Amino acid sequence: MDQLIFFSLSALTLLSGLLTVFSRKSMYSVLSLIFCLFTVAGHYILLNAHFLAITHIIVYAGAIMVLFLFVVMLLNLNTTSDKSKAFYFRAAAVSGAGMLFLVLIASLKSTTLGAYYAPTDTGMGVVEHVGKRLFTDYLLPFEISSILFLSAMIGSVLLAKKEKK
Amino acid sequence: MDWTLLIDKSILVLVVFAISLGVAAYATYGERKIAAVIQDRIGPNRAGPFGLLQPLADGVKFFLKEDITPTGADKFLFVLGPALFIITALMTSAVIPWGHSFFIDGREFSLQVADLNVGILYILAVVSVGGYGIMIGGWASNNKFALMGAIRAASQMISYEVPLGMALVAIMLYSNSLSLRDIVDMQQGFRWNVFYQPLGFLLFLICTFAECNRAPFDLPESESELIGGYHTEYSSMKLGFFLFAEYINMFISSALIACLYFGGYHFPGLDSLGLHPNLLAVISILVLFAKILFFIFLFMWVRWTVPRFRYDQLMNVGWKVLIPLSIVNVLITGAWLTFVK
Repeated sequence: MDQLIFFSLSALTLLSGLLTVFSRKSMYSVLSLIFCLFTVAGHYILLNAHFLAITHIIVYAGAIMVLFLFVVMLLNLNTTSDKSKAFYFRAAAVSGAGMLFLVLIASLKSTTLGAYYAPTDTGMGVVEHVGKRLFTDYLLPFEISSILFLSAMIGSVLLAKKEKK
Repeated sequence: MDWTLLIDKSILVLVVFAISLGVAAYATYGERKIAAVIQDRIGPNRAGPFGLLQPLADGVKFFLKEDITPTGADKFLFVLGPALFIITALMTSAVIPWGHSFFIDGREFSLQVADLNVGILYILAVVSVGGYGIMIGGWASNNKFALMGAIRAASQMISYEVPLGMALVAIMLYSNSLSLRDIVDMQQGFRWNVFYQPLGFLLFLICTFAECNRAPFDLPESESELIGGYHTEYSSMKLGFFLFAEYINMFISSALIACLYFGGYHFPGLDSLGLHPNLLAVISILVLFAKILFFIFLFMWVRWTVPRFRYDQLMNVGWKVLIPLSIVNVLITGAWLTFVK
């Protein structure tokens, strides 16, 4: 049962991911990315990380992708504008994606492809567990990332205010 | 896989689904009657006794109207918008505990579809996804008013999600659990959360009004300036879905307010009566529905009493009043739990 769900979820994830890249209309691109995020949340649930799955949906599908959709809607980017892109722009995109691919290969090289197995520790992703870990073992990175967020927030407010004058 | 559990839950899902639709249908009737009373009119009285068949007549009318898709519209997304909106409206009901458990043949029959250990966060997730239906529908219509309505809806939902979430954080802190069943059971015996979280309750109430796009926050559809906002181009049952989903949202939000702040299915003195568990279950369901109906009434009462906000006022209230207040509420709750309790 778990295996069946895993494989169908993975197929959907890959399919929606590919659709994100290959859609001609940017609106469909954004929507397939949202769908992709949902399937990834499904994977988290399969791994018993319920808290992570729900926060994943709230933060990415619920907040960040709404902003993406917002921008696409406002700019009305429905028509593809392939012709306006210059050669150097395309070359930069291709080399950037190639480099990302290289990094992915390097990181995947050392992993071994094993069979799918269900997680044994069912209490792993429960809120209490995640919270305890965050506030004991990973306290410093947790606090530092909160400072990072705060600085990003202050920075964006400052930038927005500057433009008004 | 436990088949009896699956069958139990499927029946419960279907019943909840039917009740949500039924309550939503009669909420439209209730709204028109309440509006009539407030404005000193008679209201619908032609279809059936006291106009009670009006929702049925409206439903038939929606189905029989011509279904128009505008020429410049994106066909697929134009259908997806209302579908998504009504699906997300119905999804929240999965984690709401509707009453005490029934006991049939010594087997417990829980009246909650899923007792998730992240129940409250599930609600937040569904709420945060709820805006997509309006956004997609408004954009796909290829109409300026619809797009404006959609953009207003999106910005309103993003803004009011934050204080809504913070109000829920205070509730989580106070009840020390994320499961709605635990939160409701904690309020047994008149220890309702509204007495301990009055500010949180007020914030939650205001934010649910905004999330449901109800007056005074009905800017996404404001008829007098945007003609109808995001559903300007919709007709027939697609429009029906948009309007219907609003009433389902109202029903589910009222259920949530009742569960989170007003003791859910608990009632003072309910447990000391020493009733048979099944009778207790029936009474607890009725108690919850009485609370829900009161909050649906409150939604309507406010709509026909308070005028609409201006857009900049809406944003000011959201970001400069509600968010700081909600942060203060969380701080006070945290301090109280650490130092007093």
